[in-house]
Amino acid sequence: MLFLALSFDSVSALPERDNRQNLTETVAQGKILWEENNCIGCHTLLGEGAYFAPELGNAYHRLGGEAGIIGFIKSRPKDGIPGRRSMPQFNFSDEELQAIAEFLKYVSEINTANWPPNIQG
Amino acid sequence: MQYQSQSVAKLYFIAAIGLFVGQILFGLIIGLQYLMGDFMFPEIPFNVARMTHTNLLIVWLLFGFMGAAYYLVPEEAERELESPLLAKLMFWIFLVAGALTVLGYLLVPYSGLAQMTANSLMPTMGREFLEQPTITKIGIVVVALAFLYNIGMTILKGRKTVVNLVLLIGLAGLAVLFLFAFYNPANVVLDKFFWWWVVHLWVEGVWELILGSILAFVLIKTTGVDREVIEKWLYVIIAMTLITGIIGTGHHYYWIGTPEYWQWWGSIFSAMEPIPFFMMTVFAFNMVNKRRRNHPNKAAVLWALGTATMAFLGAGVWGFLHTLSPVNFYTHGTQITAAHGHMAFYGAYVMIVLTIISYAMPILRGRQAANSNRSQVLEMWSFWLMTVSIVFITLFLTAAGILQVYLQRFSDTAMPFMVVQDKIALFYWLRELTGVIFLIGLVVYIASFFVGNDEPEASVEPTAE
Ligand code: HEC
Ligand code: HEM
Ligand SMILES: [Fe+2]
Repeated sequence: MLFLALSFDSVSALPERDNRQNLTETVAQGKILWEENNCIGCHTLLGEGAYFAPELGNAYHRLGGEAGIIGFIKSRPKDGIPGRRSMPQFNFSDEELQAIAEFLKYVSEINTANWPPNIQG
Repeated sequence: MQYQSQSVAKLYFIAAIGLFVGQILFGLIIGLQYLMGDFMFPEIPFNVARMTHTNLLIVWLLFGFMGAAYYLVPEEAERELESPLLAKLMFWIFLVAGALTVLGYLLVPYSGLAQMTANSLMPTMGREFLEQPTITKIGIVVVALAFLYNIGMTILKGRKTVVNLVLLIGLAGLAVLFLFAFYNPANVVLDKFFWWWVVHLWVEGVWELILGSILAFVLIKTTGVDREVIEKWLYVIIAMTLITGIIGTGHHYYWIGTPEYWQWWGSIFSAMEPIPFFMMTVFAFNMVNKRRRNHPNKAAVLWALGTATMAFLGAGVWGFLHTLSPVNFYTHGTQITAAHGHMAFYGAYVMIVLTIISYAMPILRGRQAANSNRSQVLEMWSFWLMTVSIVFITLFLTAAGILQVYLQRFSDTAMPFMVVQDKIALFYWLRELTGVIFLIGLVVYIASFFVGNDEPEASVEPTAE
């Protein structure tokens, strides 16, 4: 009961924190792409997911904005990097890359009580 | 076996063990990919192997829970299963659906699988542990409903015991909470908030009820202690589970955009979550000490005590380690989390399934109560091999985690993720080697089903009292 009450209160308090004003069509499309390519199977997002590859909740800041994100994803070699943990080449269109970048920007603007501790995620 | 229909459990147990092998093989693959990043790339990238590893785990545990229910519900209710035919049918549906899903993961790129199964109609894929195509998820719900109907009717028309009712509540809760897997809003915070209603409320809520009731059943059978005593323990344990575990969900609401009061609620209540696990340990050892007779199936008693101990260590101790919000601020989403996840899942849910299999399988295979000594000795070897391996895997991951937290998050000269991963590679090697020993333990476990079958059943020394 108390849990339900707290949950209800949380859900009502979310508009202050969850950056929903920036939740555009493009961001929603970015989230679908994020899911349909299972990025969470290697990465964490706000600390949840897999621990194989860098945290992406703050990747927007770490990579210096959307251009950095797009450049990184685009430049993954098809056969990986010998000996190094590799990220697949997803062959996204420019429009898709834009959507993913905007999605990661939106996530980076969620109020996470100052987590992660530093830029390294 | 007292009721003919209990025999359907055997199918479920065999499938569970088969999928367990698959889970461990994929575990070894991803463990190696941690170290040799290009291993199997791009054919089987890490994320695909990982979802195979985790999904196989969940599915085989569900097979185990269902097998456990089909075995113990008729015996407790003192009547045959409502419909053994339905149980067999659902077995094959679940197995085929599971196999197709895993083949889909391995043979088609994940985005292709999403396309093929029309994920866009109702997007539910691509979230951790809930990677299954929407159609598979619907299949899971159908199987769960048929299953609940089957054991629900058996219980309703039969004797109602506390063990049966707690099990039924746990299983029904499992099915109901799974429905939140279908809720996937575009809002990341809301998505994560309710994702935990599936994941946390499963493992730290309703699954604990299932765990408690199976443990209680095996203890009643093997120790001969009065049912009333065991039921009282079970009541108190599940009450504590629900009191602490439900609001304890808050320990996942610290940093995902939810209000900051969760840092208090989550820390305080989840800090009490070890209590029910500790009670389970005390409970199991107490009952075994007070036993009225020595049961010839020593392996099953060992598994039961092992479960109670390892669940407390993995969930209670390793959970507590990182559950307070000031600690979690640094450890959130690191190898510390992985260390805890491994020991908790193994200690609580893998071991309880192996406990009921150990208890029931000899009987399902036509023995009076137990396997031959030779088979039991082998089984106990496998117990120690697997259990000690998981302890060491947990310790190595914890060491890796502490270093990771320090180098990447705590020190004044924080280093990038990939650099830190290189520096802690030694521990990943040790983890992988220990994983190989775990696999050997699992092979020994399976071998124990094949040895000593033509030897007489183990018998008991005269009772203590
Ligand atoms: C098979 C595992 C895997 C999958 C799946 C994956 N990544 Fe990655 N990703 C990596 C690895 C490994 C790195 C680090 C690469 C390196 O440093 O060489 C990385 C790095 C990144 C980075 C740069 C992070 C940084 O701080 O340097 C971004 C951005 C990124 N990935 C986005 C994505 C997105 C978006 C998806 C889903 C469409 C995705 N990744 C799916 C493995 C993966
Ligand atoms: C048998 C019961 C349990 C199981 C199977 C289990 C399993 C897991 C798993 C798999 C995760 C990782 C989830 C993810 O991928 O993000 C996790 C996270 C977590 N668990 Fe448990 N757990 C159990 C009990 C507990 C208990 C009793 C506590 C507290 C005392 C606890 C505290 C935590 C915390 C704080 C996290 C979040 C870690 C982070 O911030 O990254 N768990 N658990
Ligand atoms: Fe939890």
